[in-house]
Amino acid sequence: MEENYQQIIKKNKAVTTGKTVLLYLGLTVWGVVVLFPFYWMLLTSVKSYSSYNAEYVPKLYTLAPTIRNYIDAFTAVPLARYFLNTLIFTVLTTLFMLFVTILAAFAFARLSFKGKDIVFAFFLSLMMIPNELVVITNFVTVTNLDLRNSFAGLILPSVTSVFYIYLLKENFEQIPEELYKAAKVDGTSDWRYLWKVMIPICRPTIVTITILKVIECWNSYIWPRLITDDAAYFLVSNGIQEIRENGFGRENIPAMMAAVVVISLPLVILFLIFHKKIMEGVSRGGTKG
Amino acid sequence: MKVVLEHLTKVFPGREKKNPKDVVAVSDFHFVIPDGKLVGLLGPSGCGKSTALNLISGLEVPTEGRIFFGDDDVTDLPPEHRGVGLVFQNYALYPHLTVRQNIRFPLENLKGDAKLSKEEMEDKVLEAAKVVQIEGLLDRKPAEMSGGQQQRVAIARALVKKPKVLLLDEPLSNLDARLRLQTREEIRRIQCETGITTIFVTHDQEEAMSISDSIVVMKEGKVQQVGAPQEVYDSPANLFVAKFLGNPQINVFEGTVTKERLYIGDDDLLEVKGVPDGKVLVGIRPEAFIWNREGAFCCDKKSVEVMGRDSSIVFGHAGAVTTQPRAIIDSELVSEKMEDQVRFDLRPKKVFLFHPETEERISFS
Amino acid sequence: MKKRSSSQFKAWLYLLPAALFLAVFLVYPLIDVLIYSFEEGFNFASQTYQGTGLYNYSYVLHDPYFIQALKNTFLIVIITVPLSTGLALLISLGLNKIKALKDLFQTIFFLPYVTNTLAVGLVFMILFKKTAYTDGMINVLLHAFGSPGVDFIEGPYWAKMFVMCLYTIWVVLPFKILILTSALASVNPMYYKAARVDGTSPARIFFRITLPMISPMIFYLVITGFIGAFKAYSDEVALFGTNLNAAGMNTIVGYVYDMLYGDSGGYPSYASAAALILFIVILTITAINLLVSNKKVSM
Repeated sequence: MEENYQQIIKKNKAVTTGKTVLLYLGLTVWGVVVLFPFYWMLLTSVKSYSSYNAEYVPKLYTLAPTIRNYIDAFTAVPLARYFLNTLIFTVLTTLFMLFVTILAAFAFARLSFKGKDIVFAFFLSLMMIPNELVVITNFVTVTNLDLRNSFAGLILPSVTSVFYIYLLKENFEQIPEELYKAAKVDGTSDWRYLWKVMIPICRPTIVTITILKVIECWNSYIWPRLITDDAAYFLVSNGIQEIRENGFGRENIPAMMAAVVVISLPLVILFLIFHKKIMEGVSRGGTKG
Repeated sequence: MKVVLEHLTKVFPGREKKNPKDVVAVSDFHFVIPDGKLVGLLGPSGCGKSTALNLISGLEVPTEGRIFFGDDDVTDLPPEHRGVGLVFQNYALYPHLTVRQNIRFPLENLKGDAKLSKEEMEDKVLEAAKVVQIEGLLDRKPAEMSGGQQQRVAIARALVKKPKVLLLDEPLSNLDARLRLQTREEIRRIQCETGITTIFVTHDQEEAMSISDSIVVMKEGKVQQVGAPQEVYDSPANLFVAKFLGNPQINVFEGTVTKERLYIGDDDLLEVKGVPDGKVLVGIRPEAFIWNREGAFCCDKKSVEVMGRDSSIVFGHAGAVTTQPRAIIDSELVSEKMEDQVRFDLRPKKVFLFHPETEERISFS
Repeated sequence: MKKRSSSQFKAWLYLLPAALFLAVFLVYPLIDVLIYSFEEGFNFASQTYQGTGLYNYSYVLHDPYFIQALKNTFLIVIITVPLSTGLALLISLGLNKIKALKDLFQTIFFLPYVTNTLAVGLVFMILFKKTAYTDGMINVLLHAFGSPGVDFIEGPYWAKMFVMCLYTIWVVLPFKILILTSALASVNPMYYKAARVDGTSPARIFFRITLPMISPMIFYLVITGFIGAFKAYSDEVALFGTNLNAAGMNTIVGYVYDMLYGDSGGYPSYASAAALILFIVILTITAINLLVSNKKVSM
């Protein structure tokens, strides 16, 4: 019996160590797969045009980094313009979205009116409608309103999200009704109650939907592509596509990568600062796109 | 199967920021659990009793010390090879499996020579279900049963593979008061029928006292006393044990010993042979008091709570450390005529002396 | 009574902005797209059409570009949904087992979620592309293993499909890993302890305990994965450029947009018909998924 136990103990230790090593190895491999494109984009963006094109076998490092490509990215193509457009688009869309979403969620969560349940069910059913289906008419509508190549045309159809209304309404409803009654007794108006009590309490959810919307806006491509053909209104996604096809001349890949780095940077920085919050938020209520 | 714990110590390393200090959950555990007995590990929450159980089951590896099952050293043996059955505080029944599947689960893990046929498994499941009396519920899901029934299923699942040692972690804490009483009798019965060495963890002294062959009182990872319940109650090793066992709690007073006589305040109470002069802490069990108009212990009556057979007299005394000392006496003796000042005699066997600093027991005769 | 009606009015006022936006940009378009899809030969410039009927659908279903897009989309769905879900499960299980460096790995694995897929797609393109100057990083690697290499971006169909699927998986994995890691972490550890004491083998723990307990989340991921993959478009643009028909890599959504606007554009009725076909496909697949999951995930 003693002998047998000793064998089991030894085997158990060896297996555990082996498994741990294998586990970390596997995870590291995927880590490399994820990080390599980022490394490659940074690396290429600091290689000079001539040295990049001279490397038939691409080198995994460079000894003579240059910032020339970054200067090109801002001078040869209107990258700063795209950047600014995206910033305006993201900030305005997110603000409008918050305003509309907060009001609607409040109405559904706290106010009582006739037909509330039916209206809410109708709202929920709208969640199932894929964007691809309504984009066609929206394109026509915006064109007819003469809003192509304008911020209004870019922003207005992107404002509402039924899902965020739903998420916030659920959160609002968790605030005990007593608080609302107490406020009523004290003569607090609905408006004041919403801004002074509900929103501060639900700040985490509001931060979550703000972050999700910012990511969505920064990366949006399809609608801006349809609605803008004037480069003065391009967002970064369209800008990068434009750069790829007509920008530096097809072969200036280092300059293209510099532009890619500049475009990716804001969200990556945002992510590095808020990674806990963002991951928590996405797991609570996000799907990509 | 005899279980021997030799100088067991378990240290959880401190986390970098939150708790920079190491936590010693179990410290120098050293005792023997005899074969076929029911032993209760007793202590307030956070005293390391659950960790001790996890060490015995093999879910945790001790930092120091050895564990023996019989003569075999199992310290580094993974849990599945130890032959232990473990019942969790929240039962850990798999919610997606029926009762039958839950009980059969451990049997299906057996490999090689030990492998069982379907019929053998079914027999064993039925047998285990019979022991805990849930034969009629085999096709239900855990969510469709009461807490007490779930508890029985959990015990059946632990018993089905005929463990050498059965471990129960707070087996009664999730049940309501009435079920608790019933279930603890049940555990005693099952243990007697199967004869399996059983160790259970609890913070409830009454629970431990009522069914254990032997109890182990713990405090902050250290064993305070091991022994039969009555023995520990009648002869506590220190003030902590004396306070932890017994309901209502033991009354504590500050006293002095002068020339082998015990004084609390000015009251000359008992002869305490073999005790040197000096200050002592005096523990007096509530049932130690005998009402007597000529008694030596004089106190101010505050209130009387009649509770059927017994009554409890709450009183004040100059030397009291306990905030509300109480005496338990026969209800028939209590009458309207009881004055505001009451006097008691004391049963010497229910009075304990403790060292004022170490709080260790000082014996006297 | 008067008080009541004023509070009713106020409630509607709060709802007004949302209702207005939704009516104009979601409800009206939904009805409109149906109408478009039945108006034959609608001319965008003159706002006229020739008749009503099913011609638009028939045109789309016979359009070789649409057939190509349909084929591409289905391939992407069939390849990437199972692979990405399986891989995410594997990685999450690994993450759930380790303690040291767990946060670091989780953060790294999530990084693709916050990046602009159009931008990173370009990096994939240059990694996989063969040009006059260089064979590209991946081909150099392939040479090292003795393979002649291939242009993944403008080469044979299978090679293009390979990068396409690889990139799609790279993009969708972070979300799935995140969801599965939190699903795994929410399984009460006492079940694993109980299983360990009973000597349950790791494979059995996985199939009999872990998998059933996280199955609702897996089905959720499969359903959203199907929907997402059917709507594939911008990842394709990132790799192969805006003219997807020329690259032979168009998808259904891409076809809709091309019909609406772009090189072959200006036909909203065809676009509407194609979009509705896509919607019906997604609806059917989702319904099947839900039916299967309802049977399997009955706790």
